[in-house]
Amino acid sequence: MSSPSAIAGAVLADAAIESRADAGPRGARPRRAFSRRNVFLYGTLILVAVYYLLPLYVMVVTSLKGMPEIRLGNIFAPPVEITFEPWVKAWATACTGLNCDGLSRGFWNSVRITVPSVILSIAIASVNGYALANWRFRGSETFFAILIFGAFIPYQVMLYPIVILLREIGLYGTLWGLVIVHTIFGMPILTLLFRNYFTSVPEEIFRAARVDGAGFWAIYFKIMLPMALPIFVVAIILQVTGIWNDFLFGVVYTKPDTYPMTVQLNNIVNSTQGVKEYNINMAATILTGLAPLAIYFVSGKLFVRGIAAGAVKG
Amino acid sequence: MNMTATMPTSVSVRDLRLAYGGLTVLDRLNLDIAEGEFVVLLGPSGCGKSTLLNCIAGLLDITDGQVFIKGRNVTWDEPKDRGIGMVFQSYALYPQMSVRGNLSFGLKNARLPRAEIETRIARAAKILQIEPLLDRKPAALSGGQRQRVAIGRALVRDVDVFLFDEPLSNLDAKLRSELRVEIKRLHQSLENTMVYVTHDQIEALTLADRIAVMRGGVIQQLADPKTIYNRPANLFVAGFIGSPAMTFLKGRIEAGGDIATFRAGDATVPLAGYVGEIPAPGGEAILGVRPEHVTVRPAGAGAHAARVDLDEPMGSDSLIWLTFAGQPLSARAGADHGLRHGDAVGLEFDISRASLFDPASEQRL
Repeated sequence: MSSPSAIAGAVLADAAIESRADAGPRGARPRRAFSRRNVFLYGTLILVAVYYLLPLYVMVVTSLKGMPEIRLGNIFAPPVEITFEPWVKAWATACTGLNCDGLSRGFWNSVRITVPSVILSIAIASVNGYALANWRFRGSETFFAILIFGAFIPYQVMLYPIVILLREIGLYGTLWGLVIVHTIFGMPILTLLFRNYFTSVPEEIFRAARVDGAGFWAIYFKIMLPMALPIFVVAIILQVTGIWNDFLFGVVYTKPDTYPMTVQLNNIVNSTQGVKEYNINMAATILTGLAPLAIYFVSGKLFVRGIAAGAVKG
Repeated sequence: MNMTATMPTSVSVRDLRLAYGGLTVLDRLNLDIAEGEFVVLLGPSGCGKSTLLNCIAGLLDITDGQVFIKGRNVTWDEPKDRGIGMVFQSYALYPQMSVRGNLSFGLKNARLPRAEIETRIARAAKILQIEPLLDRKPAALSGGQRQRVAIGRALVRDVDVFLFDEPLSNLDAKLRSELRVEIKRLHQSLENTMVYVTHDQIEALTLADRIAVMRGGVIQQLADPKTIYNRPANLFVAGFIGSPAMTFLKGRIEAGGDIATFRAGDATVPLAGYVGEIPAPGGEAILGVRPEHVTVRPAGAGAHAARVDLDEPMGSDSLIWLTFAGQPLSARAGADHGLRHGDAVGLEFDISRASLFDPASEQRL
């Protein structure tokens, strides 16, 4: 160590101390709550939220009013006298064609259609996706391409052939006929979903499981399934909302006794006889929409996580 | 040193061929591995070393040929029935299972009694020192711990042959050298047959009983590390093994007095002391010299003259790039050599450890 360099070091240290006392900007940059960016951002968000929530507000408000109050025409006004009668009527006594037991019949029909359809379609599609991703066989790519092509064929083309098909196997007009239709039409998109997910699972995990002596089903149930829970949640949400909201297949492949809720709702709302009971219509519509809404509220976080789930790291 | 002749073979690959459509990855490959031997498959990426390992494991369906393990033809057997344990580069631990679950998965599939599973896990955990980690999930482990668990998963299977597919490539340099020692120690205590794939020559040289250097699906040389290093079979092996790399001097063989000489430009190098046969004078040849077998002397001293181009200090020593007879040549010198660009120096070659190659066939002469 020579003395000039030591002096230079001391001078540098002095300068550093001085700069610490400077009055200039320091630390995190301050952020104003009402900056132009925030006003625009939150302003837009609030506007869009109001735009989307307004119809729901009108529906809830109208469903809680009596008919005389509705006839006043103030659709945005809150109810003066709150009544739950329209809800009870919509659920239990509203008439659709011949039956006058309200939406309740349609609700249970929809449950009996949705639950088996969701379970069946996801069970088959997940095994499909797993086989296509991990057990490549001769022609598996072609098979997959054909399956995906199915997602692009308009449903209308297949409506009538399927009517004949169901009639021939004796399932036309039954709930099980509709379950089969939903399972088949859910196959392309669900298989794609599962295949892409299982493809993102590292190949080496699959190989390690084979060395460990696990077969096709052991690897599926013990290794892949536990890793794929997020994507199962996504699939359940897709299928529940899709099948619950379905109208076309419901109206084509069932009879009045087995109509799903959506078809019954249409029949209540669109009945042309007598007075239009707006409060009952609103209540019936909200009731029909409750099932998918509940699913979104319960699983919203899981849904986002499932959509965002990409690489699985060991 | 000749283990293959004295011990029974553990893994034997005969005329192995693997082709995807028109692309042949491995063609009529033969490899015999003795019991308890540690064989490293070494080569650049895409040389087919991992493919060969997967063929031995039964994870790839081969096109032609046979695979024997412990004298049993396992060509058509499932991986689990081959008596192998495998360790993968990305550890490939089952993320939703605890370490204990990972270790026991294969044993449960084999329907072993619970007590037996417990003893085997306890033994493997003790050997690998992962006892405190048994109830953790892989996500809560560090890279080195994960790889230890992956080795443990092969260990509990109680197999004769261990297959390692670049097990240390995902670890940082310090951990890599630590685990390298552990794997070597494991081999010493278990005395299992181990087949180890890597592209890292240091791993190969430190671990292997024998190294198979591969290129383009063909084994270029199969020999113990010393032979591979000192007497490479061809130019590829010579250039691939050794860091810093061997320098190659182009020239021709000439008759000179009682011993042949190698002439490059205006310099002549007498080949006295060369191990092996010196080809007849008149032919072209390539002389391969490793940097540590070139001694740099002050100008005037030494048999040959050269000029300094560049100095690469490496801490413990220094790599000096020289121009010798118009060709680049590297030499290893002490860290405090004090030479600079343009300095004239003298050189001496250790011909007994040099290699001569045929420029046309690239084979050792």
